[in-house]
Amino acid sequence: MLDKNGIAKRIAKEIKNGYYVNLGIGIPTLVANYIPAGIEVVLQSENGLLGMGPFPYEGEEDPDLINAGKQTVTYLKGSAVFDSAMSFGMIRAQKIDLTILGAMEVSEYGDIANWKIPGKMVKGMGGAMDLVASAKNIIVAMQQVNKAGESKLLPKCTLPITGLRCVKKIVTELGVYDIHHEGGFILRERAPGVTIEQIQNATAGTLIIPGEVPEMVID
Amino acid sequence: MINKVVKNADEAIHDIHDGAVLMLGGFGLCGIPENLIAALLRKGVKNLTCISNNAGVDDFGIGLLLKTRQVKKMISSYVGENDEFERQLLSGELDVELIPQGTLATRCMMAGYGIPFFPTPAGVGTEVALGKQIVHHKGKDYLIEEAFEADFALVKAWKGDTAGNLIYRSTARNFNPLMAMAGKITIAEVEILVEAGELDPDQIHTPGIYVHRIFQGEKYEKRIEQRTVRKRL
Repeated sequence: MLDKNGIAKRIAKEIKNGYYVNLGIGIPTLVANYIPAGIEVVLQSENGLLGMGPFPYEGEEDPDLINAGKQTVTYLKGSAVFDSAMSFGMIRAQKIDLTILGAMEVSEYGDIANWKIPGKMVKGMGGAMDLVASAKNIIVAMQQVNKAGESKLLPKCTLPITGLRCVKKIVTELGVYDIHHEGGFILRERAPGVTIEQIQNATAGTLIIPGEVPEMVID
Repeated sequence: MINKVVKNADEAIHDIHDGAVLMLGGFGLCGIPENLIAALLRKGVKNLTCISNNAGVDDFGIGLLLKTRQVKKMISSYVGENDEFERQLLSGELDVELIPQGTLATRCMMAGYGIPFFPTPAGVGTEVALGKQIVHHKGKDYLIEEAFEADFALVKAWKGDTAGNLIYRSTARNFNPLMAMAGKITIAEVEILVEAGELDPDQIHTPGIYVHRIFQGEKYEKRIEQRTVRKRL
């Protein structure tokens, strides 16, 4: 079974040289720490920054330079800033090669819910609805079961929807899944030490097992 | 020569009235019009509708106006940083409209470009789509979203000149240039105010035609919401 960093590490393997990538808040942010040597990517932060660098050294924080999580960050060589309309313009126009998001639920059709729990959490969707409506390549990073032990890979989302039929791939602590275009989670890889039975028990939606499923290789 | 300079934030907002619809620039606490928010607190105007990506934190930014109950309605994309906000929302004291961030930005921009509505895929199939017109184009559905109409836009820039031209700095740009274009009256506060002619025309982000009043802010706290640092090796 993977921890959060393991999930991030596995997703980092999906990143190709030259990609422009948008990372959501939570596990997706960790992916930046595991981009393989020799792979160059440009991180987009939807508050208006391309070429997001690491956190500043203490004493060098600039209140005018933050990421979409409101954290202080730095520029890299070749960074650019722009306004919020252009930022979502490049997202809508599909200039971003890969979007990595967290989720509360994903359906077997690739629907995603990650912005609201009625009566409980009312923080808002931020840029998530714009991202999922336009991104050509969305990977979801999430825990497969919630704190109550219930599966978050469902036949149909129960929480308010963020976007329909948009998720392509999901990486959880148990495995890697692709979404089948007619519905279903195609199991591509098992996390180290995880059995098919464990995965079946943690998947409420249709699980498709295409023959022998290899164990994930990370590191 | 046209001179848009006003003395201070209090003079700049003298005609903001109870029930006004305001736009406030900024992303989180980055690039917010600190001095104008302070002046709104002093003036005590009520029943405001605030269009702003976020709602500040409990003791800074728009959070200050929430505490004094000056805000009737927030139109925002993300409001997770403010306990008082969440309390007023759940108790029904505050009206809130949550909209996708790109839609929020573009609704400002379209106001400044004179385009009354536009199609966007963001929110199709979600509760954001309720009551909205949907158009079908080349195999995809789009929601029709309208340009905002705001009585006043309150923005913050880094440099400005007496003719109202503005230059922003780093990611403090965010929604500011879009809202600057969108207000019936746009008020800009700047860190550095110079004479017309001192800014390079090639570097200007917001042309002065969109700006009605400008002043140099008295002071800037520029509070950091999430101070994240790395260790020196």
